[in-house]
Amino acid sequence: MTGSGAPLEDNRLHGDPGIERTEIDHAPSAPTVASAMQRERAMTIFEKGAPGRRAFVAPELDVPVTGDLLPDRLRRTEPPRLPELSEPEIVRHYVRLSKRNFDLDSGFYPLGSCTMKHNPRLHERVAALPGHARLHPFQRPQRAQGALELMWNLERSLAEIAGLPHVSLQPSAGSHGELAGVLLTRAYHEDRGERRHKVLTPDTAHGTNPATVTMAGYEVVKVGTNPDGGVDVDDLRAKADADVACLMLTNPNTLGIFDANIEQIAAIVHQVGATLYYDGANLNAVMGVTRPGDMGFDIVHFNLHKTFTQPHGGGGPGSGPIAVSDRIEPYLPRPVIVRGEDGTFDLDEGSGSRAKSIGRLRGFQGNYGCFVRSYAYIRSLGAEGLKDASEVAVLNANYLLARLSRAGVAEYLPLAFGKLCMHEFVLSGAPMKKELGIRTLDLAKRLLDHGFHPPTIYFPLLVDEAVLIEPTETETRETLDAFADAVAEILREAADDPELARSAPYTTPVRRLDEAAAAKRPVIRQPL
Amino acid sequence: MSTYTSVTPEDLQAMLDAIGVGSVGELFAQVPEAVRLGRPLDLPAGLPEQDVFAHLRDLAARNVSAEDEITFLGAGMYDHYVPALVDMLTERSEFLTPYTPYQPEISQGGLQVMFEYQTAISELTGLPVSNASVYEGPSALAAAGYLAKLTNGRPRFVISRGAHPHSRETLHTMAVGYGATVDEVVLSDGVTDLDALRDLLGDDVAAVFVQQPNFLGAVEDVEAIAAAAHEHGALAVCAADPLTLGVLEAPGNQGVDVCIGEGQTLGNRLDFGGPSFGFFAAAEAHLRKMPGRIAGETTDVDGRRGFVLTLQTREQHIRREKATSNICTSQALNALAGVVYLTWLGRRGLGELGELMLQRTHYARETLAALDGVAALHDQPVVREFALTLDAPVDRVLDRCAGDGVNAGFALGRAYEEHPDGLLVAITERRSRADIDRLAEVLGAAVAAERRHAGVGA
Repeated sequence: MTGSGAPLEDNRLHGDPGIERTEIDHAPSAPTVASAMQRERAMTIFEKGAPGRRAFVAPELDVPVTGDLLPDRLRRTEPPRLPELSEPEIVRHYVRLSKRNFDLDSGFYPLGSCTMKHNPRLHERVAALPGHARLHPFQRPQRAQGALELMWNLERSLAEIAGLPHVSLQPSAGSHGELAGVLLTRAYHEDRGERRHKVLTPDTAHGTNPATVTMAGYEVVKVGTNPDGGVDVDDLRAKADADVACLMLTNPNTLGIFDANIEQIAAIVHQVGATLYYDGANLNAVMGVTRPGDMGFDIVHFNLHKTFTQPHGGGGPGSGPIAVSDRIEPYLPRPVIVRGEDGTFDLDEGSGSRAKSIGRLRGFQGNYGCFVRSYAYIRSLGAEGLKDASEVAVLNANYLLARLSRAGVAEYLPLAFGKLCMHEFVLSGAPMKKELGIRTLDLAKRLLDHGFHPPTIYFPLLVDEAVLIEPTETETRETLDAFADAVAEILREAADDPELARSAPYTTPVRRLDEAAAAKRPVIRQPL
Repeated sequence: MSTYTSVTPEDLQAMLDAIGVGSVGELFAQVPEAVRLGRPLDLPAGLPEQDVFAHLRDLAARNVSAEDEITFLGAGMYDHYVPALVDMLTERSEFLTPYTPYQPEISQGGLQVMFEYQTAISELTGLPVSNASVYEGPSALAAAGYLAKLTNGRPRFVISRGAHPHSRETLHTMAVGYGATVDEVVLSDGVTDLDALRDLLGDDVAAVFVQQPNFLGAVEDVEAIAAAAHEHGALAVCAADPLTLGVLEAPGNQGVDVCIGEGQTLGNRLDFGGPSFGFFAAAEAHLRKMPGRIAGETTDVDGRRGFVLTLQTREQHIRREKATSNICTSQALNALAGVVYLTWLGRRGLGELGELMLQRTHYARETLAALDGVAALHDQPVVREFALTLDAPVDRVLDRCAGDGVNAGFALGRAYEEHPDGLLVAITERRSRADIDRLAEVLGAAVAAERRHAGVGA
């Protein structure tokens, strides 16, 4: 789905009205094998196949057959109406479906706060080794020493990166780590005989922060943003009282701004006895440069599926380990990995020894398959490589920001806060909407025709028509140039004919979809 | 520069020039001196790919996996065969590397997979609505608790002691947050004690939880438990093993309001406990309180059929503190494996596999319970797993069996103090009659040796 994505010559990128513009051919191109496949009418697997077809052949029933093993009232009489297809049909169905997906391996994915960096293929190979992939989670620890050592090493690595000494790998994703963090805060305060009811979140916070606070039984209190894009310290001071359990903060925040007042913020929060929670979604900006623990945070979650290259899988799996300070350690989820004096590893289920633990957050030890991948990544990069990753992520973001300005984009899509950024930045599409008559959504949809995944849009909420762009360190300068050119081209085209963007995309497997109708009368399964 | 970045010295200079700064360091000027690390991270230096591979392979070699022994270990995750086409499809870039499908026009593949997955789960559970996955089994059960709390606001849960110990503990962890309490119903003869359940019920109970089959392998009378819950206006929640639902009645046909469970058995690896996926299905009335992503069908501006993430007003990125859950990233790739696996099994295959497990499990229980010093812990119907009691220390017996290349199962005493002599044995389709006979031989010898050691019997 490259559309008209060929980068334009540099001299045509400045929005100079005197320079001839190439008309974008917005009509669907002549059908090719690929586009025909992409644009075929969707049929679900439940609409394919025929009774009697099959892919599965059961192993031989090699034991004496006994009747009446299940009383009739417990036995299923109507089998679930699963599809009936042969293996070639199944493979073709799902391979054709896959071609209707955009993916990171084929194109740029500047989705802000999602850190879509390259997923090294080595990781898939090592995760698939039977010693990892076929290891049962209840295998006794003395027979799973390799896995426990890997987890121990990953814990130690994450502790060093966070600057906080204790780690639990258990949470399944970032939001799960957040929930762990707020429950840890509750346990910490209750252990001290304190009952607190409020958790502070900045108005720039990820939606998972306030949602987590509610699930953990606290009231959300919003803290404002100052003109520099950081926490409004006066507002924080006014709201930080003895009823506040925690401040949840992302630093750099979702505006791509590193909050230079972080020491003062930490002091205010700690003064009232609250904990300071670090949402690690943006950790990719600062590895090896500064550490949450050194900034004064008590609890951190990591997103292994962002910073540490676990592939996103179209919406998971993820993994959200947490690191905590000494005072939070007694409350960590069970079980914990311990290393004996002889160097062997064990799982402490902690019924007696960890009486203050908040308990389990899920089954078993966490998403080990993700641990294998992220550990491989940390060992591949080492201390220097991780710092380099953060530096290049910040370099790439600032370069793309500069490149967009040079292309004349800033007039319509100005940077919302500050002059430079960390690993991501937020543009406001408000002038674009006013001057050119196209919204941020239209820009995003037109980018699809240029072969790019759009940035995160309409987030953070406090920026009107927000466009949140995170290029990551694994993209080349040429890709960043091509993206900037595409944005410039869309704006130029909109100046002539805004309808082109308003009706985009044209070249995708389907065009704009009626989301309102989908929500009004939900059809969420194939009728059979 | 690492191998995953591409900035040459020439690129660097051009980029800094474009930005208008003299060094990368200037870009970090916002970071106060006082919080800077000021030293390299104390981590080992980076390694070439082949060295990382060798290190990870060496760690793998120090684990005893299902590849290395004949294993009868289950207790929540099971060594089922994963067909090659699952690996082939989940390794495809187009499924492996996209983000959550926020841009439906270029995510129809993933969205349609979610829609198909929801259909398959709905069929399996007998309930009309399913989401696109949650993290895994125990947290799915806790999420059902939160849905019950949102639905009726009551402060107490009642859960069968037959539910997985990790599920019970996870429910408790989460309930503490919003101030609910959890009571446990005892088992009698291997299944939930209905009288004890009735004693615990009251109008303050938000939900009743039962697992099918339960942790001891026994098939529960889910219908009776759901009816008891409904008498008090509580929701009935069933944690089901999806692979048994070819032979066991669908929970949705037994009056259950919410059916959740662990999806690992559907085409996912053991992976030392994850990632797998949790499924979450419910009666229609609960659709707008469900957690997680839901794919829905619609049309595009040209009238072409398509799929989108729908009912997003439940979700954290729209509703923030009023969301019905905080879940964001869940387990899309694992759910893909699940629906591909179910398609591979097909309408007949699911029942055939269930029947095979029923027969082999029955054979194994009869064979093992006939050994000297071994007895069945309960007589309830079982599908894939059953519990034994040993007249010998279980850990020592397991050690002896392991020495013979057999993992005899899960020592129940690790989770149930009332069954210190209990052994939980799982029979998947990968365990043939010959494997079961080998287990009988090894287990019989181990128990006999331990009894001799303790001076019992001959």
